[in-house]
Amino acid sequence: MQDVLTTCVYCGCGCGLYLHVEDGLVCGSQPSRHHPVSRDNLCVKGWHIHESINHPDRLTTPLIRKNGVLTPATWEEALDFTARQLGSIRDQHGGKGIGVLASAKCTNEENYLLQKFARTALATNNVDHCARL
Amino acid sequence: MTNSINEIENAEVILVSGSNTTEAHPQVARRMLAAVDRGARLIVIDPRRTRLAECAHLHLALRPGTDIPLLNAMMRVLLDEGLADDLFIEMRTENFLALRDMLNRLDLEATAALTGVELSLIRQAAQLYGRARKAVICYCLGVTQHVCGTENVQTIANLAMLAGHIEKEDTGVDPLRGQNNVQGACDMGALPNMLPSYQGVANEDFREKFERAWGASLPEAPGLTLVEMTHGGAQGPIRGMFIMGENPMLSDPTLGKVEETLRGLDFLAVSDIFLTETAQLAQVVFPAACFAEKSGSFTNSERRVQMVRQAVPPPGECRADSEIIMALSGRLGYPMEYETSAEVMEEIALLSPIYGGMYHDRLERGWGLQWPCWDRDHPGTPFLHKYYFTRGRGHFMPASHTPPGELPDPEYPLLLMTGRMYHQYHTGTMTRKSERLSRECDHAVLQINPEDAKTLGLRQGETVRLLSRRGEITLAASITGQVACGMVYTTFHFHEAPINQLTNDAFDTGSRCPEYKVCAVRVEKIVDS
Repeated sequence: MQDVLTTCVYCGCGCGLYLHVEDGLVCGSQPSRHHPVSRDNLCVKGWHIHESINHPDRLTTPLIRKNGVLTPATWEEALDFTARQLGSIRDQHGGKGIGVLASAKCTNEENYLLQKFARTALATNNVDHCARL
Repeated sequence: MTNSINEIENAEVILVSGSNTTEAHPQVARRMLAAVDRGARLIVIDPRRTRLAECAHLHLALRPGTDIPLLNAMMRVLLDEGLADDLFIEMRTENFLALRDMLNRLDLEATAALTGVELSLIRQAAQLYGRARKAVICYCLGVTQHVCGTENVQTIANLAMLAGHIEKEDTGVDPLRGQNNVQGACDMGALPNMLPSYQGVANEDFREKFERAWGASLPEAPGLTLVEMTHGGAQGPIRGMFIMGENPMLSDPTLGKVEETLRGLDFLAVSDIFLTETAQLAQVVFPAACFAEKSGSFTNSERRVQMVRQAVPPPGECRADSEIIMALSGRLGYPMEYETSAEVMEEIALLSPIYGGMYHDRLERGWGLQWPCWDRDHPGTPFLHKYYFTRGRGHFMPASHTPPGELPDPEYPLLLMTGRMYHQYHTGTMTRKSERLSRECDHAVLQINPEDAKTLGLRQGETVRLLSRRGEITLAASITGQVACGMVYTTFHFHEAPINQLTNDAFDTGSRCPEYKVCAVRVEKIVDS
């Protein structure tokens, strides 16, 4: 059993919590005692945060739509196909033909990389996230 | 937030507007209630009688969309009773005369009547707020999700500056950010008009700085906002989209238009941890690692940048979003190679002044750092605007009442507001996968006043039809005095009752924020045929 200190993924409060790891699976959570926000307290969503991590419905393989149905594919296929499609739209319509949505659920580093990717590789400023919703 | 969350606990007066804090920001509510226990006064401005409103000393149940007249009336009282902070106004602000003239022309009785709140209550609230030594204003989407959202926020800033309630510890203006990292996503420049650290993309100097650092030429014109992208339709300018961890098919207004737009695209790729309503429309779906399976940082509502640490390996073939972005970028002719998220953060620190001292080795120690943190030796900033505002002087922006985009009429006689509840979160992608949370609440409910329920002949829990000009859904009625007569309220967590099929696509011209807090609807009893 191992405890990993991390930051809650639900609301903007940003509680510090420990994830309990047993046999390679997250099996529970507990608030950090001295964290300035959580101060030994979590809301009901924080206490049950592990349930969605291990859920059987998690996507585990890339999917490509074939004959109208999302079908398992390899990473190479999915990445190559996506790059080809986005590349051809960029080349035909310019960057203004592409839209990119970043995520308030992803890390700072990922959001930074995504907007950099949008502005350089895809040549577009059409990048936004759910800040207004 | 200009303050830290813990500062709220030390305020003498807390004014909360448009925030269902106990359900949406439990830790912030905990500080508010601790302050009340200690003797602080709590003023809640909300059309609904929320749990927090029940604990408040004053509850100003305004008519939805009348925030500006209400706050203007409060400011007029401050002026009339000599409660304005003249020294602060003189030393720290500009354009005060324009505000004073507008307030002096105000007919106080008529303004109060517009809001539906008794003038004596408004006066008491103004006196409490004006006389306090330390006062905070906390607000949330109930203020911003209106056609006049920007003006609503400016009016809150006017009130705080007029009373001089900014620049000090335990005193300030605190917008409560909804998502765990919505603050960070904005800071990182995931915005159509901003490069990282709010360096405007239209500014040549900023653009040049990033062009040199990134070795690529950057587009000049600001891009489209989220709703402009998802409301394009087949004729829209967008032909292809890449969506990382968002679910506009439940979260955006007027879902019919969103679906038409996404289905009309030449190409859609989605990266997510579950097959969301949006991913179901994609041509390619990437399985992403969740927060417990990668490392990096989140920035909370009080601007605290904190570490996210990997606890377990990603399941199956899942990969972190950063790996997916780098793999795509390389294939599109712009290789990006970072070994770790710490390396990405070093680049962020170099290019983003407010993150200038944020490095993972520093964030690893203690409880993170609050921006602005200008360099490696800077201790971070618990509260903002101490000696000066970012723009220099605080500028008063007088505003007057703007009616909502759609109001009830004989055909659609009720006013619908939408929001969140305690046990579910946003589009439910994660919370609905939790058995225990779903046990608490697993279906959408429509809060309706007992009077309205009586007129319609509804029983508690009865399934009703809810219609607007844009769509209809069915959901269970919850008869409660939390909503006033003529109003109904529900949440947007449930795909079985996608309330955003009904919401209006009127939005704030300044921020492009949709008006989720007001639209006209009708409730119908379902009669067995």
